[in-house]
Amino acid sequence: MYAGAMKDKRSDSRLVLEKVSHSYGAVPVLNDLNLVVDPGEVVVLVGPSGCGKTTILNLLSGYIEPVSGTVRREGIIRTVYQQDGLFPWLTVSENIAIGLRSVEDPARREKELLDLIALIRLEGFEHHYPHQLSGGMRQRVELARVLAGDSDILLMDEPFSALDYQGRLRMRWELVRLLEKRPHTVVFVTHDIEEAAQLADRVLVLSNRPATISRELHIEALRPRDLTDPAVIGAMKEILKELGLQV
Amino acid sequence: MRKPRDPGSYLLPVVVLLGFLAIWFFICYSNLFPAYVLPSPGAVWKSFREEVVSGRLADDIVASLWRVAVGFVAAAVLGIPAGLWLGQHMHARQAFVPMLNFFRFLSPLAWIPFAILWFHIGDKPAFFLIFMATFFPLVLATMAAVATIPSIYFRVARDYHYKGIELLTKVTFPAILPQVITALRVSYGISWVVIVAAEMVGCQDGLGYGIWEARNGLRLDSAVCYMIVIGLLGMGIDRLLAQLTKLPNVRWGYER
Repeated sequence: MYAGAMKDKRSDSRLVLEKVSHSYGAVPVLNDLNLVVDPGEVVVLVGPSGCGKTTILNLLSGYIEPVSGTVRREGIIRTVYQQDGLFPWLTVSENIAIGLRSVEDPARREKELLDLIALIRLEGFEHHYPHQLSGGMRQRVELARVLAGDSDILLMDEPFSALDYQGRLRMRWELVRLLEKRPHTVVFVTHDIEEAAQLADRVLVLSNRPATISRELHIEALRPRDLTDPAVIGAMKEILKELGLQV
Repeated sequence: MRKPRDPGSYLLPVVVLLGFLAIWFFICYSNLFPAYVLPSPGAVWKSFREEVVSGRLADDIVASLWRVAVGFVAAAVLGIPAGLWLGQHMHARQAFVPMLNFFRFLSPLAWIPFAILWFHIGDKPAFFLIFMATFFPLVLATMAAVATIPSIYFRVARDYHYKGIELLTKVTFPAILPQVITALRVSYGISWVVIVAAEMVGCQDGLGYGIWEARNGLRLDSAVCYMIVIGLLGMGIDRLLAQLTKLPNVRWGYER
């Protein structure tokens, strides 16, 4: 399923949360959370808004330290934010090249850049600035930037939530296609149940604050999955039930 | 990409200008006011030709431009880095902002007595006054721009290991550049207003001094001629500064 050359690199990546608790002041956000993300896995966190999904990503990326418990990370981590994570003063090429900063050889860097632009199908837009692109195109550039270079792990914080519905559907296909070409370990946060069912190897449903994992759901079906795929519909039912939104 | 210019954009101002001149002519030739109170367009044109032929106008323009350039560039070179620094250090902001605001609201003309006592007559008091007029607004505008940079840029910068001077030059500075350009245009406008007053008291030449001398000789035709030159030069230089907003890597700041 995945390109063999990437296999070794991926096997180096691992994210572990061990008995992690976190609070903002007196407000407990996470309570005794355990999570192991295996190499190459796509884990999707779903939960009510304000339940601490983004906090988990911030802990995984090292942006914040937990109040108690340990976080272990192996591999190079990149984050895709909800929107406007691109530098508006740089062109599409220059923004993607940020992801290639660690690549020393200029020839390799140049080739990688061209490959990535072709991969996200934005040939001809290399010298455009982000404000000249649509929301979906901007998110594709973001994806190219995080996939570039030596990254192993992608943390995605509701990356498609600023797009319209059809835009979101397209971007899910796009993400699946890109991950097939360039496998990465992914932790994806969303409130969109469809998105979770279409993308995840494993869905973790979080409870209300302080968040714990209330349900773990494995989805075996191959990607890309149609919205009407029985596996997707089955998973959505399970998630909805867990969230108390379906009887 | 360039849109063809709407003919109204240059025809309409010309119509307004011609209308203004017509009213001016009408008032002058209907003898509502004596000629020494309101010079006629003809008298102004004559005085303009005299000033050009004698070379005085050119000398005055060069003198004023030089003073504004020195004072303004000094204020920008010191003020923008100071604003960057203050924008990044909260305690420094708390310490300095009240004082900076105080000086910003102090009319630069209040410094005229000090300018003359400290620097006597010549270019230096004008440099000083231009500097005092533009330094504080530039510091405060740059500082405010830094404080409003969306935190997402710094998170991305952190993800990709931008640190120290590279963070400053590749993230912080480009993120505020559109606002800095706007601040430069505004403070240039202030300096061009201040130079006239500065030259009336502290100088022996320059456009402001030209007006002062015209007043002393009751030559309002010459004063009007200088006023027109001051206004046109100010507009022209602002057009030049406005070209900066067309740089491709700052367009984003004006288009969303």
